[in-house]
Amino acid sequence: MSTPEVAVRELTYGEAVREALAEEMRRDPRVFLIGEDVAEAGHPFKVLTGLVQEFGTDRVIDTPISEPGYAGIGVGAAMTGMRPVVDVMFGDFITLAMDQIVNQAAKVHYMSGGKLKVPIVFRTTLGATRRSAAQHSQSLQAWPSHIPGLKVALPSGPYEAKGLMKTAIRDDSPVVIFEDKMMYRVKGPVPAEDYTIPFGVADIKRAGTDVTIVATSSMVTVALGAAKMLEEIGISAEVIDPRTTYPLDKRALIESAKKTSRAIVVDEGYERYGVTAEIASVIAEGAFYHLDAPVKRIGAMDVPVPFSPVLEDLTVPSEKTVFETAKALCGKA
Amino acid sequence: MTTQAIEPRMELEQNLHMYRQMAKIRAFEEQVHELYKSAKMPGLAHLYIGEEGVAVGVCEALRRDDFITSTHRGHGHCLAKGASVNRMFAELLGKEPGYCRGKGGSMHIADPETGNLGANAIVGGSAGIATGAALSAKMRGSGQVAACFFGDGALGQGVLYEAMNMAALWKLPVVYVCENNLYGEYTPCGETIAGEVLARARAFGIHAESVDGQDVQLVYATMRRLVDRARRGEGPAFLECKTYRYYGHHVGDVNREYRTREEEREWMTGHDPLETLASRLTAEGLADASVFERIVTDVKEEIDGGVQYALAAPYPEPSEVDEDVYA
Repeated sequence: MSTPEVAVRELTYGEAVREALAEEMRRDPRVFLIGEDVAEAGHPFKVLTGLVQEFGTDRVIDTPISEPGYAGIGVGAAMTGMRPVVDVMFGDFITLAMDQIVNQAAKVHYMSGGKLKVPIVFRTTLGATRRSAAQHSQSLQAWPSHIPGLKVALPSGPYEAKGLMKTAIRDDSPVVIFEDKMMYRVKGPVPAEDYTIPFGVADIKRAGTDVTIVATSSMVTVALGAAKMLEEIGISAEVIDPRTTYPLDKRALIESAKKTSRAIVVDEGYERYGVTAEIASVIAEGAFYHLDAPVKRIGAMDVPVPFSPVLEDLTVPSEKTVFETAKALCGKA
Repeated sequence: MTTQAIEPRMELEQNLHMYRQMAKIRAFEEQVHELYKSAKMPGLAHLYIGEEGVAVGVCEALRRDDFITSTHRGHGHCLAKGASVNRMFAELLGKEPGYCRGKGGSMHIADPETGNLGANAIVGGSAGIATGAALSAKMRGSGQVAACFFGDGALGQGVLYEAMNMAALWKLPVVYVCENNLYGEYTPCGETIAGEVLARARAFGIHAESVDGQDVQLVYATMRRLVDRARRGEGPAFLECKTYRYYGHHVGDVNREYRTREEEREWMTGHDPLETLASRLTAEGLADASVFERIVTDVKEEIDGGVQYALAAPYPEPSEVDEDVYA
């Protein structure tokens, strides 16, 4: 388990993000925040409240509603000595800035033969069930994960939210970090002191012996809930959080699947061509001779996220679906 | 045209330097054309011939540590900002000593040592980068200015206007240099640009001027004013340079059905940037034909040497293919 033992307080996920940003901005004058409603408004989810008071509008910069424009400005600033954190309010809006993220930020270092660097963080959100319908609810982490040159972090709780953000800011490559917008008020232990979480190192959230549940971001909580239900019927589930989809800790995922001989991958992005597909393939290839069953995938339904709660709730993986899938996989259907 | 042509006469030395830079770009591009036709160069290239006065006039007004962002038609910008012919050719041939170690090619040459943040093959793709470099210069208090080169084709890209809006709001030291060569790829700009070009910049409160891009002295003098005001903190500017590409969209565009040979002849004979400068200096009695001939000979030697260097240079090692994906 990754939770350290000293100086631990409870912070919300949102407070953990804010603390990471504030600490990094104090530590490094090159770090600044730019995006829509980041200053006085403190972001619609109030994650950034107080930062403009401490750092001023020169370092907490409100922009017009121009995602491609300010994403590109972030890239240019990053190429010339600054370390911007670009705030893209909803994950759905990264589609607007995709040229800047995919064709510019991701490729500058390689295209320049390694001479130019783009130390930039795009922080954005994922997660459905906020009753926000199809354009404010998607989990698009598979998109940047597909692109060489980008790193992608998916904090699953307050501890990860702080540690991964700090690592992202200190990284010399572009990082896209997806925060689960439904978790901003969730509390958890977060060390007060400086710490980082290395990219590409998975975290075993719960050890088990019968089935491996690989879960990302919001789905870690779902997987842990399912694991509890499974325990009641005598199935021991291991829950493992990769924490970054790139770099991906393939070894840890494969080792876990080898140990349990069954694996399920849960991610809130669309199931089709999604994060679950890549991770399932990694496990199927790496643990093939140890597996007792095909690797199962559970992602969001392949439909635009609907508005009506009765419909929306059907589209995302739930404790029950993970539980049922694991139960069937373990031959207890 | 809004620019008054009355500027203090520049020193002869600077004028000859600008002539040399233009001649170098032209000779470089003619050689690129040869490399393409003789199948020695992989891929394509977008030749800058005819537009030399813009790159040279603009870059002459910049400090070495000022930034530029360039375009798919970018060889002229890179050379004008100070890139070496040898490493340019090496990059075009995909060789190890190239500016990008063979990973960028014609459309992506970057040279941070001369402030060149890279050519961009996405039309309008560098508007944000140039503006961000200007924001960075302002935040760091470095006194640097950024020049953003783009063509008339980029006037169709929304990101340009988003970036210009923020540059105006935040008074950033950036000059948007629109090289209006009358064609966006294969389409005349009359079919793609509604209204007045300068009015677009002025709508954001950005100081905007239009000049004859074939007159390198005028481009330089105007750009110098715009750069100075940007450096003084007076905000961004927009400079439209009216120019013409003598060749097609790229080296493979040989038929050019979308324009007439008469139009091409008119620009080449009446509005050539090298001719314009040479005849003016000659008429003023400051130089004669032999001076320009010598420059052309010198430059040709440099170009020939550069090609030989690049042809003989090694290719990258296969092991380099996955290097520098991440910093």
